[in-house]
Amino acid sequence: MYESVIGLEVHVQLSTLSKIFSGSSTSFGASPNTQASLIDLGMPGVLPTPNAKVFEMAVKFGLAIEAKIGKTSVFDRKNYFYPDLPKGYQITQLDAPIVGLGHVNITLEDGTTKRINITRAHLEEDAGKSLHNSFDGLTGIDLNRAGTPLLEIVSEPELRSAKEAVAYLRVIHSIIRYLDISDGNMAEGSMRCDCNVSIRTQGSKILGTRTEIKKQSTLKLTARSIQLKMASKLFKKRGCMTLIKMRRAPCGPRKRPTTTATFLIQIYCQSS
Amino acid sequence: MSSLTKNTLAGLREILTRGDASSVEITQDYLAEISARRDLNTFITVTQDDALASAKVADQIRAAGQASLTTGLPIAHKDLFCTKGILTSCGSKMLSNFISPYDAEVVSKFKNAGFVMLGKLNMDEFAMGSSNETSYFGPVKNPWSPTHVPGGSSGGSAAAVAARLTPLATATDTGGSIRQPAAFTGTSGLKPTYGRVSRFGMIAFASSLDQGGLIAQTAEDLAIGMQIISGHDNKDSTSALIEVPNYESLLNDSIRGLTIGLPEEFFDSRLDTRMQSQIEEVIRIFTSLGANTVSVSLTHVAEAIPAYYVIAPAEASSNLSRFDGVRFGYRAEKPIDLTDLYERSRGEGFGSEVKRRILIGTYALSEGYFDAYYKKAQQIRRLIKQDFDRAFSLCDLLLSPTTPSTAFALGEKSDDPVAMYLEDIYTIATNLAGLPGGSFQAGLIDELPAGYQLTGPAFSESKILNAAHKVQQATDWHTHYPEEIRNV
Repeated sequence: MYESVIGLEVHVQLSTLSKIFSGSSTSFGASPNTQASLIDLGMPGVLPTPNAKVFEMAVKFGLAIEAKIGKTSVFDRKNYFYPDLPKGYQITQLDAPIVGLGHVNITLEDGTTKRINITRAHLEEDAGKSLHNSFDGLTGIDLNRAGTPLLEIVSEPELRSAKEAVAYLRVIHSIIRYLDISDGNMAEGSMRCDCNVSIRTQGSKILGTRTEIKKQSTLKLTARSIQLKMASKLFKKRGCMTLIKMRRAPCGPRKRPTTTATFLIQIYCQSS
Repeated sequence: MSSLTKNTLAGLREILTRGDASSVEITQDYLAEISARRDLNTFITVTQDDALASAKVADQIRAAGQASLTTGLPIAHKDLFCTKGILTSCGSKMLSNFISPYDAEVVSKFKNAGFVMLGKLNMDEFAMGSSNETSYFGPVKNPWSPTHVPGGSSGGSAAAVAARLTPLATATDTGGSIRQPAAFTGTSGLKPTYGRVSRFGMIAFASSLDQGGLIAQTAEDLAIGMQIISGHDNKDSTSALIEVPNYESLLNDSIRGLTIGLPEEFFDSRLDTRMQSQIEEVIRIFTSLGANTVSVSLTHVAEAIPAYYVIAPAEASSNLSRFDGVRFGYRAEKPIDLTDLYERSRGEGFGSEVKRRILIGTYALSEGYFDAYYKKAQQIRRLIKQDFDRAFSLCDLLLSPTTPSTAFALGEKSDDPVAMYLEDIYTIATNLAGLPGGSFQAGLIDELPAGYQLTGPAFSESKILNAAHKVQQATDWHTHYPEEIRNV
């Protein structure tokens, strides 16, 4: 028997009026690039100025999950090139996140509760959007979202099924709504989820090879993706390697969520 | 050379206050001199029309009795400070078409103080260089000898002040880029404490080392400029919330009893003997003014250059990522795909020294090398800082030569990056420790200027300017300028 090992990285958009390092508005749905200041555009010579409200919200979340709050919070740069990443790096937190180890309790189907530990929660800035389909072979860049404050909540790999993952997401959702630090609107991308999934022989202490499912934007899709991923991993164990290789989705420098999801569904359909 | 451009900034201030000349007249004289000395290649952009227009406005403000002490004084900016509506090239092909949409904080402070901008000054590409030979716009000539370099990276700023093409120039210093060119051109330059002057709008090279400052003829002129640019800026969260002293009023304090530390590591066999005797002359003057000297040691200072050439390129490799051909600056023609756009825009837009440092920095930050290089360099940095702390428990200021020798010939070191990096041997530790340092005139050696360096504890700019001013009162080194030499 195999069991699945799931860890979730939840990106929560904090509901501040302005961005994490600039004074631009964070409201959703404005015309492209109308909410991008010199700082969001990564103009030569500009500097980031942290938004105090962002720290307040992160600390609130940390206290709600009974976490250690970092007395010193350090920002790092994650360097990569992509047109919707204006500076060529994302400002995030690596070694000294603002929220350290904490936990939440989820309720299982049989009514029992299970404690899920949260490794950390750190602050970072969102990237802009690349619009690949609207400009006749060219890619449009909308930097309205660039610099939107995100709190990335990283769970321990303690979830064992898609149902547990969904239960965990519901708890996180209710915490952020209760604290009023995010509107939690998944359709608008205010709460997105990356899932790290692996499978192993039940009872084993060793973690299997991890696969990441990026940027899931609804609970249903998250659950579905996890199930599909687990299924594909099982096929792999049973010798369906060629299938996976053949079906590798074409990915750019950064994997876009839609491509990943499509890829999985195709495998599932072929194998059932 | 017209008589107006021979003046110091303080001199011009008096002329304007007395009404002996208007800002328009002063500006016209400078513009004429700039035009006459195009051979030096000090300016990348001369903002002639804007300068005359703002000089006219300054004169109107003065006529209305609303002038401040600095209304109508000329200034020129290193082309690394963003200037709204004006080319801000950073000495690079990459930004050779970049019209900044905003003013750097330093630029707007000078604007608000009524200064008239004459133009933008040449520099090493992205401030990477010690000779001003890496500029996309060609090398700057040293006004004292056209076959010699003016130093770098603020070579245009230093040469323009030395040739009396502006009385005051902004400059930046990441490893010696204000002090070394000031020494090579017989000018006074001040690199303030990290955090004393806002970096907002200064195109970043190495963010933890970069500091904006000034080059002028005298310590007094630096004091006038420092009063304008110092202080906290909400847009630069590393700018210090520490009170700004009145620099000018402290210039004339007695330096009797001041203890000057002489770092023994800076007076070793590498030092040119004639440079050594010039510095000894400076020490003699300090002593005659009542200062004491004490020998101190900066044990880890030999490690400063290797540490710097890990930290600075590492930060640069990240800071220069934004120049990708997507939003501004140079963009390769007809890219076939995204990778091609990046590779050719950056490959064609950056010069070789910039590429060398991006490669070194990217390597040092790569996974698996971070601890061996960047982390180790940061540890050395901490040791150097402790060395300075120990030294300043024994003395008020440190005195040393600014450079091992006077200006070298154009082309002499441009093919040897290591020889070029060693140029900053006396200046670089100051940046690693975030301390203020100034370079001031120390006479001539074979008709080329020598400079001495004063380094102080954090936020001791007023002490440095005070000490240098006292020496300038007792000497005439700062009054020499190249034309005079040629006319002898």
